[in-house]
Amino acid sequence: MATRQTASLARLMRAPAIILLLIWMIVPLGMTLYYSFLNYNLLNPAGTSWAGWFNYRYFYTDPAFFDAIRNTLVLVLGVLVITVVGGIAIALLIDKPIWGQGIVRILIISPFFVMPPVAALIWKNMIMHPSYGVFADLAQVLGMQPVDWFAQFPLTSIIVIVAWQWLPFATLILLTSLQSLDGEQMEAAEMDGASALSRFIHLTLPHMARAITVVILIQTIFLLGIYAEILVTTNGGPGNASTNLTYLIYRAARLNFDIGGAAAGGIIAVILANLVAIFLMRAVGKNLD
Amino acid sequence: MGRITLENVTKRFGDVEVIPPLNLDINDGEFVVFVGPSGCGKSTLLRLIAGLEDTSGGRILIDGQDATSTPPAKRGLAMVFQSYALYPHMSVRKNIAFPMRMAGVPQDEQDRRIESAAKALNLTNYLDRKPGQLSGGQRQRVAIGRAIVREPSAFLFDEPLSNLDAALRVGMRLEISELHNRLETTMIYVTHDQVEAMTMADKIVVLQAGRIEQVGSPMELYRAPRNLFVAGFIGSPRMNLIDGPAAAEYDATTIGVRPEHIAVSGTEGKWKGRIGVSEHLGSDTFFYVEDTGLAETITVRAGGDIDLHHGDTVWLSPDIAQMHRFDANGDRIA
Repeated sequence: MATRQTASLARLMRAPAIILLLIWMIVPLGMTLYYSFLNYNLLNPAGTSWAGWFNYRYFYTDPAFFDAIRNTLVLVLGVLVITVVGGIAIALLIDKPIWGQGIVRILIISPFFVMPPVAALIWKNMIMHPSYGVFADLAQVLGMQPVDWFAQFPLTSIIVIVAWQWLPFATLILLTSLQSLDGEQMEAAEMDGASALSRFIHLTLPHMARAITVVILIQTIFLLGIYAEILVTTNGGPGNASTNLTYLIYRAARLNFDIGGAAAGGIIAVILANLVAIFLMRAVGKNLD
Repeated sequence: MGRITLENVTKRFGDVEVIPPLNLDINDGEFVVFVGPSGCGKSTLLRLIAGLEDTSGGRILIDGQDATSTPPAKRGLAMVFQSYALYPHMSVRKNIAFPMRMAGVPQDEQDRRIESAAKALNLTNYLDRKPGQLSGGQRQRVAIGRAIVREPSAFLFDEPLSNLDAALRVGMRLEISELHNRLETTMIYVTHDQVEAMTMADKIVVLQAGRIEQVGSPMELYRAPRNLFVAGFIGSPRMNLIDGPAAAEYDATTIGVRPEHIAVSGTEGKWKGRIGVSEHLGSDTFFYVEDTGLAETITVRAGGDIDLHHGDTVWLSPDIAQMHRFDANGDRIA
């Protein structure tokens, strides 16, 4: 009896927070959904009218649309691969006791503290610039033609910048997981005849599975919404080569002032995000139990 | 085969010498227990034998071969850790199979060895569970199973029972002894519990500060401790150590009398005292006798039906034939 009372009391106490969160989510979502069915352009707000599925059809038939979805997925996947693999590698390296460990760790974590537009501008003007960039200098030292990164490899360049920003996050989470690995287990495996590689595959990786899952899930949420890095570097170009869904929506809303079209894009982005979430939970979610 | 010889084995951590040059012979099939207080270097010594620590000097011979710089896996030894060190994401079967998988043992041979180990250790019904779903005693048995299937030349146990509750500890103690009788493989067992040492060992090695204080069979150590440290460490309850005039009477700096070698009487005897705490266990009674003028308390064992209680005045008479005498250096006077 007491437990049932506690349970209903707990529900009652939780309710305000949950209701607030629900409103917080449902109102913008509802408004977006509503706008997505309107002809609503800020250049002509008086001409607002019911549009039916027109905005969706318009978005769907936009040649940039499928490019944007593909770019979004490539961007998310590329950054995930680099950060998870790189994060594990760096975590393994800085887990070992070395001289100046504290400073090395701070240096490795610091990119996370640089805000995205700043980081992207630094990469654009100081590292990847075809004439002033460090990469160009390196190419010249080696006697090669400097690469114009944002013109030749726009999406790759953005993946590199975003991966640079998220690598510290992945490293940090994976490092804490690595540090909780029981030393005696490793010694037992050593005595059992497991080589360093088999110890990594059979012990370290399974132990880190949960942390890797957390990294993948959290990063995916943020990577689906990447926008600032694209805005300050390539502006989605050349053509649509580095336009992702978020940037396409921005273009509709802020360059064309097409609120209805942008809202339809937003709803499509929500659906895409949910598809990705379902896929991820199926693929790696069991590690969180 | 499992003959292990340590020749002048030394271990230093930086400037600290935790094990000064040490020599020890362990014969094939022997059950050897390293016993000593915490921090005496017994676990370090075991890890040196296992190869998990590098020696700072000296040689380790296994079956006559120099194994000082052989990697752990190649020494043919299996170790059971204090924390069991099971692989948490693998089932019991996979845990036990792991060393064989690493060694490339054929699948049907693996299955055969797993079956026989599981049967011997009562794990047959648990083979598909994860370690997290097992009790402490079962986990311990899985760890032993993982060691058995390697068919090692010697087993190394690092305080394997210290995470178990008292009742389970007694049970596992018997199981490990039984296992040793059946396999007749060399076993090296580290513990700080002298009861485990006395009950299980063929040979006890008493360590203090990295030095071997005495090596011998349990009864040798009990009957003729070589110095005060061993005298105080082996035997439960502890030996009574008495110095001053009472010891000088027997031409010694210190005399040691075990609680079971003191007769207690309510009427007459050599030393007079008053009973402090008395513990009636049924089969035995332990008296902690105060105000004797010999030592703070003298522990005495008496029969279960003795009718003496807290506050009674008693007389104690040591059994002189069973008395141990020590000189000013704490060494035994023969």
